[in-house]
Amino acid sequence: MANRIERKSRLGEDLLIFWGRCSKILYQYVVVAVFLLGAIGVAVAALAANWLVRPKRPVAGAKGETYECGLETQGPTWVRFKVSYFLYALIFLLFDVETVFLYPWAVKFQVMGWFAFAEMIVFIGILVLGLWYAWKEGALEWK
Amino acid sequence: MEGGASVAIFWLLAALTVGAAVAVVMLPNIVHSALYLVLTFIGVAGIYILLEAEFLAAVQVLIYAGGVAVLLIFGVMLTRRGHIRQSNPFNSYHVAAGVVSLALFILVVLALGRSPWHAFPGPWPEDTVGAVAEAFLGPYVLPFEVAAVLLLVGIVGAILLAREEKGEK
Amino acid sequence: MITLSHYLALAGLLFVVGLFGALAKRNAVAVLMGIELMLNAVNINLVAFNRFMNPGEVTGQVFALFVIVVAAAEVAVGLAIVINLYRRRLATDVEEADWLKW
Repeated sequence: MANRIERKSRLGEDLLIFWGRCSKILYQYVVVAVFLLGAIGVAVAALAANWLVRPKRPVAGAKGETYECGLETQGPTWVRFKVSYFLYALIFLLFDVETVFLYPWAVKFQVMGWFAFAEMIVFIGILVLGLWYAWKEGALEWK
Repeated sequence: MEGGASVAIFWLLAALTVGAAVAVVMLPNIVHSALYLVLTFIGVAGIYILLEAEFLAAVQVLIYAGGVAVLLIFGVMLTRRGHIRQSNPFNSYHVAAGVVSLALFILVVLALGRSPWHAFPGPWPEDTVGAVAEAFLGPYVLPFEVAAVLLLVGIVGAILLAREEKGEK
Repeated sequence: MITLSHYLALAGLLFVVGLFGALAKRNAVAVLMGIELMLNAVNINLVAFNRFMNPGEVTGQVFALFVIVVAAAEVAVGLAIVINLYRRRLATDVEEADWLKW
């Protein structure tokens, strides 16, 4: 048992040395790569298991039709969406961009003092004007 | 950035990014184009990580892959007409466009071959996020606030253009 | 060894693919996608120059950040115009959007 653990840790060391030759920054992303491989592996394994286990009979008749709450499907699948989705996405984008600027500010604002704080308040104020306009125009209501 | 692994990762990311970009342009179904566009954005985020600009990589994933791509897919869904499989055709200028693009690429490669770059390899600031914060709250404070105004004007204009007109159903 | 020229060539290739998409596509949303590809290529250029030519400062990164914000505003307004065009003409074909031309 102890021998096995030792061998495992030596394998880890070898990997460390191998990756140590690469860039220091890239080394930190080895973890990300492992997670990525794991995620892809799970997806591929699920699909492969499905493919192995499923019966290989050709689908015939009503069995091949799209299931829609037990009712007959009506019309094509590619319908036109309501414009409300787009308006929501617009407001999401507005505050997405705000978050991007808030993050470095939040990291640094204790060092930078009141001027940085006032700048960010002005920034948020300008963007809140956009939210107010969207609200006034009824973009937040589902019609 | 030395070592064989980073070289391999660069070529892998470059192939992913350019391949997905070509798929965006060439596929006949615009929904597939939009999905490959997300892949391109993620590939570019990987390139940023390779360039040790981690904050920008996060921003790329957050704004491009998260916001812009969603907006583009809604744009596709809101303007659907005809069959989806032929929703992304070429126009009548595609031959001329191809010639122009190819000529530009040849020009870029020629210019690259002739320019002697004197690289100044040095360390990045340890804490990129902090450096970015100091830059745009310090010397770039005016562009920063103007960016907010631009975004506000853009959003107001977009809502004005996209909303249903009053009384119209 | 990956040099500045590699990144610039990659960005050039991405830009050219985007340019071809923006010029040769009929659907206005596809044209916008081409423009997004071009903006991404420019951002790679900015960050690569910043990394290799002036690594002490983050000017290129800050500029790339502003480009991203401008691109977000651009795509919002562009898509709103496309949706409005579709509502009035039931088409997203850029070749049909010629009201200003007689």
